[in-house]
Amino acid sequence: MDLNIAGIRLDVTEDGYLTDVSQWNKDIGLEIAKNEGIEMTDRHWEVVSWLQEQVKNDVALSIRGIKKSGVLDIKEFYALFPKGPLKISTKIAGVPKPKSCI
Amino acid sequence: MGTKVKKMLFILSKATIENAYAAFVMANGARMEGIESEIFFTFFGLEAIQKKKLEHLHVATVGNPGMHIPTMLGGLPGMEALATKMMKKEMEKLDMPPVGEFLEILSDSGCKLWACKLAVDMFHLKDEDLIDELDGILTIGDFYSRADQEGCQLLFI
Repeated sequence: MDLNIAGIRLDVTEDGYLTDVSQWNKDIGLEIAKNEGIEMTDRHWEVVSWLQEQVKNDVALSIRGIKKSGVLDIKEFYALFPKGPLKISTKIAGVPKPKSCI
Repeated sequence: MGTKVKKMLFILSKATIENAYAAFVMANGARMEGIESEIFFTFFGLEAIQKKKLEHLHVATVGNPGMHIPTMLGGLPGMEALATKMMKKEMEKLDMPPVGEFLEILSDSGCKLWACKLAVDMFHLKDEDLIDELDGILTIGDFYSRADQEGCQLLFI
């Protein structure tokens, strides 16, 4: 599937996740966020950069990992991305959809 | 895309690890998908929210064909403890949190945790016996009234 985001043609998965992380930029993140009904604040971007960092370091993302992160707690994570925090934040960050059930 | 399920209500009536984790994983999975979730702990399910008992839940080795242990052997002393230890080890490998931490995650994620009033009275439990994350003690009628919108599903475990 491809998607036209921020004027660029992008390869995405069936659920709308970028297939090539290197194509990501802030404008694309902003556009995806808008589609998900999220208004990005500085704090949102901080979390998004942290997620990208984790993925770059091959850390599997999970809710339990958020609890242990020291960067943000689960309550704040849900407050920032209410309708499915891990799913939506990773989509905005341009990283693959997490496979963990927890 | 998108699901029509808006809220998942679980009734946990058993104290075995496999049943408690089934409820926890599904309730947490619902929240992660943006679906509301609540768990009603009744009868032996209450063991999962008693401070002194929650880290000592066991796997059922008797009457559980999935264990592939002959029922008579499953009843031998130490069998349950051994099977439980093995299962906990496997769960840790999958990054599954222990019961207490899982309840904290659920509560932080906005999953409501309720104790059944009838069962609390029957087992003579006091507020201080139950976890701090508990949202309250309800009758089954109160719990049904939580199914207050289209797209609610109720599951008995």
